[in-house]
Amino acid sequence: MRRSHRDESPDRLYVITSGRSDGADEALDAVTLVVAESGPTPGMQSEHAAILRMCRGPMAVVEVAAHLGLPLAVTRILLTDLLDGGRITARHPRPAPSPAHPLASPDVLEKVLVALHNL
Amino acid sequence: MHSTTSEPPTADPPRSLPPTVDQALKIAVVGGFGVGKTTLVRSVSEIRPLNTEETMTRAGTGIDDLDGVEGKRTTTVAFDFGRITLDATSVLYLFGAPGQQRFWFLWDRLFSGALGAVVLVDTRRLDDSFFAIDRLEAQGTPFVVAHNDFGEGAHTLEEIRAALDLDPQVPLLRCDARDRGSAKHVLIALVEHIRTLIAQAPR
Repeated sequence: MRRSHRDESPDRLYVITSGRSDGADEALDAVTLVVAESGPTPGMQSEHAAILRMCRGPMAVVEVAAHLGLPLAVTRILLTDLLDGGRITARHPRPAPSPAHPLASPDVLEKVLVALHNL
Repeated sequence: MHSTTSEPPTADPPRSLPPTVDQALKIAVVGGFGVGKTTLVRSVSEIRPLNTEETMTRAGTGIDDLDGVEGKRTTTVAFDFGRITLDATSVLYLFGAPGQQRFWFLWDRLFSGALGAVVLVDTRRLDDSFFAIDRLEAQGTPFVVAHNDFGEGAHTLEEIRAALDLDPQVPLLRCDARDRGSAKHVLIALVEHIRTLIAQAPR
């Protein structure tokens, strides 16, 4: 997690995802919360292991990406591997407002307002 | 260009979310380069703003695509974000993102489902906000406009509203993005605006 891949070459990113550029779970929003269901195992790809260590509690996809120092797109692919293997679970944002219904429910807004006032 | 907050973060904010958190919300803070997006996020965030990047590959049909190699281009754009834990079950993420036209197709995905947006403007470069405002209006995303006051003080809010051709319904307020209370006030104005829109919406 301390290592940053930020400056690494596209080749390195290619290796991390085994050459995949798509196939990520489309439901993985930037703020989907992911939680590890098990710890890392020996021989596991280091990025997968790092995710499992940092997600002992819930963490948003975007935060996982920042801590890994990897782009969101690459992070989504890695998280999809772990989801498929049952090693993490995802708590998706609900009910996602759509262009037709972009507005949040009043009780959610009330909660946000209370928290902001208390900041 | 602000790069520091006026007050340091208090104590040692918890880095982990409560284990019971199951709902994440998002608010976008958009604006031109150097207008103070990250400063505003930092002022209210419980964590030091983090940075990552979004990439998107799309067909290279753009008129500026001169290389003529294959049909695909990848665009990468970095953005900052922070968060506020609302309660035991909810967390709010704040995304600071450049609002210029060339980045917008990336935000369509990143911001989908956002509660709303804050458009941060700098009167020295109002042009940077036109596209963001147009786009948010077209999407029906609720937003407020906040003038990050760098002390130039030469323009009234009425003048800014006119220059932006802003709908009278859209709240426009002044703020100091470095100040926690001021940044908080902007977010509260946004959420209250959303509440008003809901109350007005036909059921």
